Amino acid sequence: MSAPLLDIRELTVRVEGKEILSGLSLEVGRGEVHAIMGPNGAGKSTLAQALAGRDGYGVSAGSMRFDGEDLLGMSPEERACKGLFLGFQYPVEIPGVSNMYLLRSALNAQRKAAGQPEINAAEFLRRARQEASRLKLKPELLKRGVNEGFSGGEKKRNEMLQLAVLKPRLAVLDETDSGLDIDALKVVASGIRALRDGQRAFVLITHYERILNLVSPDKVHVLAGGGIARSGGAELVQELEAAGYETFLREAA
Amino acid sequence: MSAPAARNPEIQELLQRKYQHGFVTDIESDTLPPGLDEDVIRVISARKEEPEFLLDWRLRAFRYWREAREPSWAKLNIPPIDYQAISYYSAPGAAKDAPKSLDEVDPRLLETYDKLGIPLHERARLAGVAVDAVFDSVSVATTFKSRLAEAGVIFCPFSEAVREHPELVRKYLGSVVPYRDNYFAALNSAVFTDGSFVYVPKNTRCPMELSTYFRINERNTGQFERTLIIADEGSEVSYLEGCTAPMRDENQLHAAVVELVALKDARIKYSTVQNWYPGDEKGRGGIYNFVTKRGDCRGRNSSISWTQVEAGSAITWKYPSCILRGDNSTGEFYSVAVTNNFQQADTGTKMIHIGRNTSSNILSKGISAGRAQNTYRGLVKVFPRAEGARNRTQCDSLLIGRDCGAHTFPHMDIGHPRAVVEHEATTSRISEDQLFYCRQRGLGEEDAVNLIVNGFCKQVFNMLPMEFAVEAQALMNVSLEGAIG
Repeated sequence: MSAPLLDIRELTVRVEGKEILSGLSLEVGRGEVHAIMGPNGAGKSTLAQALAGRDGYGVSAGSMRFDGEDLLGMSPEERACKGLFLGFQYPVEIPGVSNMYLLRSALNAQRKAAGQPEINAAEFLRRARQEASRLKLKPELLKRGVNEGFSGGEKKRNEMLQLAVLKPRLAVLDETDSGLDIDALKVVASGIRALRDGQRAFVLITHYERILNLVSPDKVHVLAGGGIARSGGAELVQELEAAGYETFLREAA
Repeated sequence: MSAPAARNPEIQELLQRKYQHGFVTDIESDTLPPGLDEDVIRVISARKEEPEFLLDWRLRAFRYWREAREPSWAKLNIPPIDYQAISYYSAPGAAKDAPKSLDEVDPRLLETYDKLGIPLHERARLAGVAVDAVFDSVSVATTFKSRLAEAGVIFCPFSEAVREHPELVRKYLGSVVPYRDNYFAALNSAVFTDGSFVYVPKNTRCPMELSTYFRINERNTGQFERTLIIADEGSEVSYLEGCTAPMRDENQLHAAVVELVALKDARIKYSTVQNWYPGDEKGRGGIYNFVTKRGDCRGRNSSISWTQVEAGSAITWKYPSCILRGDNSTGEFYSVAVTNNFQQADTGTKMIHIGRNTSSNILSKGISAGRAQNTYRGLVKVFPRAEGARNRTQCDSLLIGRDCGAHTFPHMDIGHPRAVVEHEATTSRISEDQLFYCRQRGLGEEDAVNLIVNGFCKQVFNMLPMEFAVEAQALMNVSLEGAIG
C-alpha cells in the first residue's frame, strides 16, 4: 500500500525523433486528483498517450509504474485491463459499431482479464442507462455507432460514460473539459466528483481553471520544458491565471 | 502523427492468416483428360445419361463459346487462361457406382466435409439445414431429401433433376441466363457437370434452409456447376451456398451459373459465403471465380434477395442481378467483398426495372487490404414503362493499408422520368486512432480489428440466415454477437 498508484520517474519520450518529455517525474497516490496544466505543445497529451502505451510514443529513458508494476512492457489493452483509463481529447468515430456493444465488449475484456465472468447483458444495460442519464447523455446515443455523428460535447460525455461504467483505478482525462459549455462542464465535473471514492485517482489535463474550480484538485502541476516545472496545491491555479505560463517557461529553460 | 494500420506487424499477421481449407483429399477419381471439344461434351452428356435436348443445348452453347471472346471490361488483370489445359469432368470414385445414400458415400469424403465444418452425416443434422455437397463436378450427397419431399419440395443434384424432372429443367434452364449471355455462361452451359436443383411448389414455404457446399479437389480441373431454383406461385425458399478449394500453386477456374425464377408472390433468398482458395501472399495460385448469377422476378409481387460474403478467390467476376419483370416486384443485393494480398474482385449487381412499382435496394461493402483491388460495378436500369420504379444504392469501401485500391462504377440508365434513384458512396480507412481507442478500452488488437470490420459489414451480415452467419463469422473472424441496446 505504501507505493503510489502511479509512479513516473525521469521519463523521456520521443515522438517522431523529437524529444517531447525530458526526465519527467510524477507521483499520484490513491484517491488523489492531480491537475496538469501547461502551454500548448508542452507535452501534456504526449504524457497521456505514453501512459496509455500508444505506438509512436517511444519511452527512451525512465520508468512508469502503476500500482508497483512496470507499464513499459505492457500493451495498451493490458494497461487498460489493469485499470488505467484515458479520456481522449478527440474521441474517434467507429461507424457501425454500436456504442453499447463497444462498451460491453470492453467491460467484458477487462472482467476476463481480472478472472471475472462476463456481465449479464440486462445488468449491463441497466447500469449503462443509469450512468448515461446521470451524465445527461441522450438515450439514443447509446444505440448509435461509437461517437458517430456526436457533437463535441456528446463525445466528451460519452468518454465520461465509459469511465463511469469501466470504473478504472486511474483516469487520465486529456482536455475532457475543452470545448464544453458551462452546463456540460458541470455535468462532467459532477461525474468526476461522483467517482471520487478515496481510492480512484484522476489526472486532469487541462488548459482552464474552470474545471478545477468545480473539482478542486489535490495537486496542481505545471508541465513546461519537457518536465514538471512546478507543483503546488489548488492555489497554483489562481497564480497561473494571474501570471500566465511565461514565468514557468523561463524557470524551466 | 499516427502510423497507418498497415505498418503495424500484428495487423499484418492478422491479414495474412493462412487459408484454413487448403488440404487435398486423397481419393480415387474418374477424371477426363484435359481439353475441350464436341466429343468431350458428348462424353459428359453421355455419362450423365442426358436427354437429347440437353446435349443439343450444350453443343449450341459450345459453338457460341468457341466464337466468343472473354470479357475485358472489368477492372481485372486476368492472365491468359488455356482452356485446353483444363479437365472438364472429375468425379470422385468410379462414375458408374455413384452413391445411392449417405451410407454408401466414401468415408474420406464425409471426413472432408467434416473438416470443412459441413457435417453431412445424419447424426449431425441438428442445424436443420438440408445440404447438397458437390465435390469437384459431382453432387455426392443430399441430406433431408425425404422430409423435403413430404412438403413437395424438390432439392437434388442437377443431374438427377435432368433424369427425374426433365420437363422442369427443359422449361426453365437458360430462361434467365441464356447461353449467349456471356463468355463464361456459354462455357458453363457447354460443360456444366452438376449443381443443385430446387423446385418449391405453389403456396409452399420450404420447411428448412437449403444449402449447397461446393468443393474443388482435383488438380487441373475446372468446376462448372449450374444451379436452378424455381419458386412457384406464393412459395418461399432460402438457399445458402458455400465454397472451398485446396491450396495449389496454379490457378483453377470456377465458372458457375445460377438461375433463379420467382413466380407470382414468390420469395427467394439466396446467400453465398464464398471462400475459394485466394492464392498465397505472393499472389500465386487461387481460384478464378467467374460466375453469372441472375434472378428473374417473373411474377407480380415476387422478390429476390441476394446476400453474398465474398472472401476467397484470386479473381472474382460476379454480378448477382435481378430482373424485376413482375409489377411490384423487389430485388435486393447485399454484399461484403474482402480482398487481401493480390486478390482482385470486380463485383456488384444489376437491377433491371421492367414492371411497374418495382423497387430495388443495393448495399455493397468492399474491404481491401494488402495489394488487393476491389471494385463495385453496378447497373440500375429503368425501362420507360417501369412507372414507380425506385432504387437505393449504397457503396462503402474500407481500406486497410496504402497499397490496395477500391473503385466504384455505378451505372444508371433511367428511362422513366419519375423514377426515384438514390446513390451514396463512401471510402474510409481503418485508422490507428480507431484501433488504439478500442485497445485503450481493453480490447485485444485482433478483437479491435474484428470489431471495426464487423461494424463496417454489420448491415450485410444482418441479412444472412443464422446458420450462415456462423460461417461468415468464422470466415471474417468477426464476432457477430449482436450489438445490444
